[in-house]
Amino acid sequence: MTDPSTHETAPDAPIEAIAALTDTKPLAPPRSKWAEVWDQFKSHRGALVGGIIFITIVLAVFIGPFLWTIDPTYIDIRARNSGPSWAHPFGTDQLGRDTLARMMAGGQTSIAVGLTAMALALLLGSFIGVVAGFFRRLDGPLMRLTDLFLALPLLPLLLVMVLLFREPLNKAFGPETGIFILIVVAIGITSWMPTARIVRGDVLALKEREFVLAARSIGTTNFQLIARHILPNVMSPIMVSATLGIANAIITESALSFLGLGFPPDFPTWGRLLFDATDYLQQYPERVMWPGAAISLTVLSVNYLGDGLRDALDPRIRGR
Amino acid sequence: MTPALRLENLSKTFPLGRTLFGPERPGVRAVHPVTLEVARGETLGIVGESGCGKSTLARMLVGLLAPTTGSIEIEGAALDTADPAAFGKRIQYVFQDPISSLNPRKTIRQIMEAPLKLLHGMDRAQRAARIAEIFDLVSLRHEFLDRYPHEFSGGQAQRIGIARALAAEARILILDEPVSALDVSVQAQVLNLLADLKAELDLTYLFISHDLAVVEAVSDRIAVLYFGSVVELGRAEDIFRAPRHPYTKLLADSAPVVGRALTPPEAKETELPDPLDPPKGCAFQARCPRATAQCGQETPTLAELADGHAAACFHPIAPPDGPAG
Repeated sequence: MTDPSTHETAPDAPIEAIAALTDTKPLAPPRSKWAEVWDQFKSHRGALVGGIIFITIVLAVFIGPFLWTIDPTYIDIRARNSGPSWAHPFGTDQLGRDTLARMMAGGQTSIAVGLTAMALALLLGSFIGVVAGFFRRLDGPLMRLTDLFLALPLLPLLLVMVLLFREPLNKAFGPETGIFILIVVAIGITSWMPTARIVRGDVLALKEREFVLAARSIGTTNFQLIARHILPNVMSPIMVSATLGIANAIITESALSFLGLGFPPDFPTWGRLLFDATDYLQQYPERVMWPGAAISLTVLSVNYLGDGLRDALDPRIRGR
Repeated sequence: MTPALRLENLSKTFPLGRTLFGPERPGVRAVHPVTLEVARGETLGIVGESGCGKSTLARMLVGLLAPTTGSIEIEGAALDTADPAAFGKRIQYVFQDPISSLNPRKTIRQIMEAPLKLLHGMDRAQRAARIAEIFDLVSLRHEFLDRYPHEFSGGQAQRIGIARALAAEARILILDEPVSALDVSVQAQVLNLLADLKAELDLTYLFISHDLAVVEAVSDRIAVLYFGSVVELGRAEDIFRAPRHPYTKLLADSAPVVGRALTPPEAKETELPDPLDPPKGCAFQARCPRATAQCGQETPTLAELADGHAAACFHPIAPPDGPAG
């Protein structure tokens, strides 16, 4: 009874006082959903920092080349193997190419490959997971397909894919776009399985929840049921797979480049830079650190970003 | 007058599928053929222990499960297609766990709008008006519409569940243990609300519960289910004042009463028979104190013993005042 006016009227109007008791808490004015999502996201410090770092990396990599105009493939043999200096802040490699320029060019490819391959794997994985979990008839065949893909040895498969499709894709899209499509598809269709399994498990559990039965009992079609009731509720595992998927895609791309299956040797990516630098690890350890740190920072920031987004999109967590 | 709901020989058998090489196995009989009639404006209580087929029966009634045999007739019209959209406008389901029956990712408004949009194709203004009307009926505040299900208590969430069922404008509600997940004090609130709504909107209820006190308080008639079949059917006051079937008596004696020490009424095995291997004869014989050789051979059928009071038993308990039927 902090409000004096309530105190005055209470004895005269006991009925009103009882009515007021049922109003357990003051109602906040209604706010838009996205304002609340942003509020929750802001309160997750790791996500905020992760988001800022990720945006910084993306901006640096895509806008940086306009400010730092050295051509990443320009060979200045007199300046080779130089350490960090004003002319070359990150130093140069064994052919005298500027490492900063190569880092930015490589980052463009690596991030683009990571995001696209992740999106592809996620799309495939979620689709197969939802369909397998929702339609009992398809569960067996689709999960056996998933097992089959998990059992396939990755490297021979990629070798065959590159062998078969590199030339036609090069002809159709040009060497760079062609190999980009090849790599993204190769990574995408070999990394959707964990997502599919996780999503299927969640869908199986959700399908038996009462709100799904309730929706069904008013004649919701299967498609609407999946789109409005199942998918929003499996967002959390999908988000987690997504953040892990980016990391996985960047690292797989690096491994492919190293084996000569990926982008051509003179075409920089973070993975390529990393593996080029391993030969000089003892003399010039900083050359390993630049791409290594870039990969780790990207992966870590995306992980935190995903964590925060997942929390912000879940009304149960947002409400607290 | 046509009854609100008529079930004829409704049964459900869940198939087990075949083994790899063997022949097809017989299914699990969750509900044995049930014939029931519910008059308009009546509340039929359905009582029975866990696993006796209460929920399977209810799910068949709203079209979530297709019956194996038999037919469902709602307000004179036969509905046996298991098409939820056709059922939705006539009969609605209120779930046991109020929180879990609301999608956690949707606001109450979205939840309430779904049946209006899908079943009645209303536009935005009509929907808003209808929701406001229903929320007044169940005494929920309109500000709740923009909130998410986890922000509500069990009682409020159950009222939202009831509001959603009312939104479909169904005349028959299946209440599947609507209060068993709630606090006792909140139970009374929800039960009173249900009684008010029934009087106001001329609804028919099928009230499923294992809480005898609640069922007795709200029901006009009660059907006792055991192992998938109705073993006793009668007016609510008769059923527990003078049970005729030994199982009903057992149920009544098992219910805890305030001020009385809890004593198990039966010392023997208290499990339901194995549905994969149903016993011959009466399903209750193993637990029945009055079982005879006849019970092991034949299956009793529901027979009228007195006015409006039927039991499926060869040796019904005699009523305390009056001759045995």
